[in-house]
Amino acid sequence: MKSLLAEHSKLAIAGEQIAILEHGQSGHFNLIPFQQKLEAAGLYPLQPTSLEVFQVNVGKMCNQVCRHCHVDAGPDRKEIMSKETMQLCLDALKNNPSLTTVDITGGAPEMNPHFRWFVEAIKKLERHIIVRCNLTIILANKKYNDLPEFYKEHQVEVVSSLPFYTQDRTDRQRGNGVFDDSIKALQMLNAIGYGLEETGLILNLVYNPAGAFLPPSQLALEKEYKTALSKQYGIAFNNLFAITNLPISRFLDYLLQSGNYEKYMEKLLIAYNPFAAANVMCRNTISVGWDGYLYDCDFNQMLDLKMAGSHNHIAHFNTEKLYNRNIIVGQHCYGCTAGAGSSCGGAVA
Amino acid sequence: METYYNPDDLKKFGNIADFQKKLGEKFFDYYGEVFKDSELTAREKSLIALAVAHAVQCPYCIDAYSSDAFEKGWSEGQMMEAVHVAAAIRGGASLVHGVQMMNKVKEIAM
Ligand code: SF4
Ligand code: SF4
Repeated sequence: MKSLLAEHSKLAIAGEQIAILEHGQSGHFNLIPFQQKLEAAGLYPLQPTSLEVFQVNVGKMCNQVCRHCHVDAGPDRKEIMSKETMQLCLDALKNNPSLTTVDITGGAPEMNPHFRWFVEAIKKLERHIIVRCNLTIILANKKYNDLPEFYKEHQVEVVSSLPFYTQDRTDRQRGNGVFDDSIKALQMLNAIGYGLEETGLILNLVYNPAGAFLPPSQLALEKEYKTALSKQYGIAFNNLFAITNLPISRFLDYLLQSGNYEKYMEKLLIAYNPFAAANVMCRNTISVGWDGYLYDCDFNQMLDLKMAGSHNHIAHFNTEKLYNRNIIVGQHCYGCTAGAGSSCGGAVA
Repeated sequence: METYYNPDDLKKFGNIADFQKKLGEKFFDYYGEVFKDSELTAREKSLIALAVAHAVQCPYCIDAYSSDAFEKGWSEGQMMEAVHVAAAIRGGASLVHGVQMMNKVKEIAM
């Protein structure tokens, strides 16, 4: 499997995706605009409630090519954040202590050659660090084998995708062999204390549906994951985040190819929950792209929906303007407001 | 094409209360309560519902609980085994009446 970009798919162009999100592939599919839903809930224009989470996407390069990836990441993607841009991120963090959490994502963030330097520098600024680690990277090459120790040393919270506790569903979504390697990586993390209650080393897992459906109850699923992983593999972890797949990049491609697109969007709409809408993650998060541009979230980033105005680059980071901005919303946002809602930290309502 | 069953009608299930509000509401309250996590989990109930849907051959229920059971993490193999349970019970229910047939035949045969 290759990225949409490598396959020269039309969907590699953000504008094409937005056109489909607005009117479907036929051009005649018209779902109630998300904006109208926000208006009805008194939430439009959507604005931040705080600026706490600084999410940095350090690049689209990844050792995996998952079928649902909204980043369209893969080994062939060369867009990665430079050390200079990382320095600008550090400057912004230094000047803005309200940004208490730094959430590092990708691709596989560890593949960025400046990754460890960046984590160390953030730690010096005394921020809580989350790394979205895909697990298999730990085993992908010798040079990554010591990542668990590196994380431990810097008290990094590790958030890892494991779309299901069975091999079949995991591999279907993430590729052959991913489940077995993920299990090994989780055991390595457990071995040094990650995911065990008394250590304070946080290991959270992410569930996301392997298909065109919504996640079930996060709490019930967490229980099942804990029982199954502990019984079969002796694995422990802290919390499970149930995340809805947003119709972007490769997941959008999957929906279109499988004829599920319109039904999936209707499902999201039917499950719209105004309480989830009030708590969407863009209200407390700033998302930085590999090239330093600023977005309301990682999803807007992949749709190339840059923030408006001159403060939309990390070089011109201005908390006051960011705090007073209007968040750019679109039909993809229905993915954040369905059922119990969905964010990088799982359900929100 | 006109058919007796229309997949879109599944979405209108809630409308049955339009013609008889009180009973409709009581049914949906009951229905909601039945499928909650309790002594059996919602996940286990979903698989039972899938099997029963096949036993009563309700296309709406099969549609709804195929999605629901898969969403709740049952594999294709597990779901098919549940359908076999329904089939075995249905088949067995026919076959066990063969005893009645045998009794009758024995009664009247020389
Ligand atoms: S979902 Fe994560 S691990 Fe999979 S290809 Fe995308 S970035 Fe890589
Ligand atoms: S997709 Fe982004 S902008 Fe839209 S609701 Fe979700 S977090 Fe907010």
